[in-house]
Amino acid sequence: MTGVGQDERTAAADTGATDDAPITVVTTRAVRRRGESWTSRVVPPAVLGAALIGLWYFITYLVLDEGRRFLMRPPHDVLQVGFFEWDNLKEMLDALLVTSRVALIGLAISIVLGMLVAVAMSQTRTVERAVFPFMVMLQAIPILAITPLIGFWFKYGTNSRVIVCVIISLFPIIVNTLFGLQSAERDMHDLFTLQHAGRLTRLRKLMFPAALPAIFAGMRISAGLSVIGAIVGDFFFGQGTPGIGQQLRKHASQLNGEQLFATVIVSCLLGVAVFLVFGWLQTLFTSKWHESTGRTR
Amino acid sequence: MRETATTLLPTAKNEGITFDAIGMTYPDGTNAIDEASFSVGAGEFVTVVGPSGCGKSTLLRIASGLLEPSSGTVDIDRNHLGYVFQDPTLLPWRTVRQNVELLAELRHVPSAERSTLANDAIEMVGLSGFEEHYPRSLSGGMKMRASLARTLTLRPPVLLFDEPFGAVDEITREHLNDQTQALFGAEGFAALFITHSISEAVFMSTRVLVMSARPGRIVSEFEVPFAYPRPPELRFDPEFAALSGLISKDLRGAHE
Repeated sequence: MTGVGQDERTAAADTGATDDAPITVVTTRAVRRRGESWTSRVVPPAVLGAALIGLWYFITYLVLDEGRRFLMRPPHDVLQVGFFEWDNLKEMLDALLVTSRVALIGLAISIVLGMLVAVAMSQTRTVERAVFPFMVMLQAIPILAITPLIGFWFKYGTNSRVIVCVIISLFPIIVNTLFGLQSAERDMHDLFTLQHAGRLTRLRKLMFPAALPAIFAGMRISAGLSVIGAIVGDFFFGQGTPGIGQQLRKHASQLNGEQLFATVIVSCLLGVAVFLVFGWLQTLFTSKWHESTGRTR
Repeated sequence: MRETATTLLPTAKNEGITFDAIGMTYPDGTNAIDEASFSVGAGEFVTVVGPSGCGKSTLLRIASGLLEPSSGTVDIDRNHLGYVFQDPTLLPWRTVRQNVELLAELRHVPSAERSTLANDAIEMVGLSGFEEHYPRSLSGGMKMRASLARTLTLRPPVLLFDEPFGAVDEITREHLNDQTQALFGAEGFAALFITHSISEAVFMSTRVLVMSARPGRIVSEFEVPFAYPRPPELRFDPEFAALSGLISKDLRGAHE
């Protein structure tokens, strides 16, 4: 296994990284897997990104006449007003902090609660049958309709925003964890049965490790949803400490195009960041053995 | 080697298997086994050959207690039983060593002893040097050997093989057959082996049973006279060919 460590260091050095930052290792692993160079992974999205920014300029300056240009401010104005003016940036970062906190608390609750529910469902067919329809209903709840209600019941602070966040992000954790726990093959269960393994041993040594890839897939979906959930609650309450949601609403109503775009970009980046963290955790825990991640020999 | 087995598995009382009038009808009405009565004594390697779907594997599931028979009884010590599955069934998140240690781990064998047992078993199947590999980096034959090593760690006096070498190529299969019969020659466990390969059956067994198509029934029985360890060239021996021919003839009859 020393050989693997060696590979990782060499690969990290290839990409110009100065230390063994795990993220770099993950990236280079993926590169090695597909046998592609670093540039062939970065250039296509960069070109598409540049093309989209070009399209943006095109619409701002050539499609819209001067009187309607406020509908889509050019990218450099968004940067200038949204990110380079300290007061605006600070307001946005404060809101981002509030929203991130809600999203992370919500996601943590969803993960713990979702996994507990899935484990309970995996242990007893009756529990699975009883709970499943309500899980589907939970996912189908028109969140816009009940958000104001949650505000009335729990006030407009962190708690009710977290509740909205959990309602939105819980379902993928439960479904994916349950699917993962049920994914161990019959022969593997037989193997444990023949050794008279108890319920807990079976869960710990067979079902849970088998479920890990699916659990991480669920976490990645829920991570994105938790950010949306944190914004939705805040957006609709429109009260309490302002988060990204209230910022979006304010900029939209005041036609602050630059700041509105900047805020949208920042909330996207938050979602992407959470998604990447869980992708990294997945690689960390399953890349050595699971087919869908890491290298093949 | 048997010393370890006796300390680890102190209460082995019946070193064999006896099927008494076993019948199996599944809840959906499929009659898998009509009536099977035979026994596998200590130091015997008995192979059941038969057409696909004739209930051969069902026999092993019944013997191991994974399945309750509809009628009849099995006399077997289920606490001291090795089961080699059709697929390697290695846990993909464990290295070869961790996989081989699994059964001892589930039996709460202390870690130091476990590691000795695993080393011995890995050496026995010729997988030394691959201890830290994950299953995904092993070939089909190597996975099967790891699976065999896992079963051997507990030194079970009775071993059940559910067509374990069916999915590997011919050369690997013959190699695995060589190793299995050598292990049997050295360890002297009681083995019940399921296959539909006649040459595999004759090469490894002391006795071959032919099972009829569903509902399964034992239709004939052949003693295999060759001494252990059996050399690979045995496969080209005229006597080997003659015996294989006889079994093949019965097996064709069993298809009807």
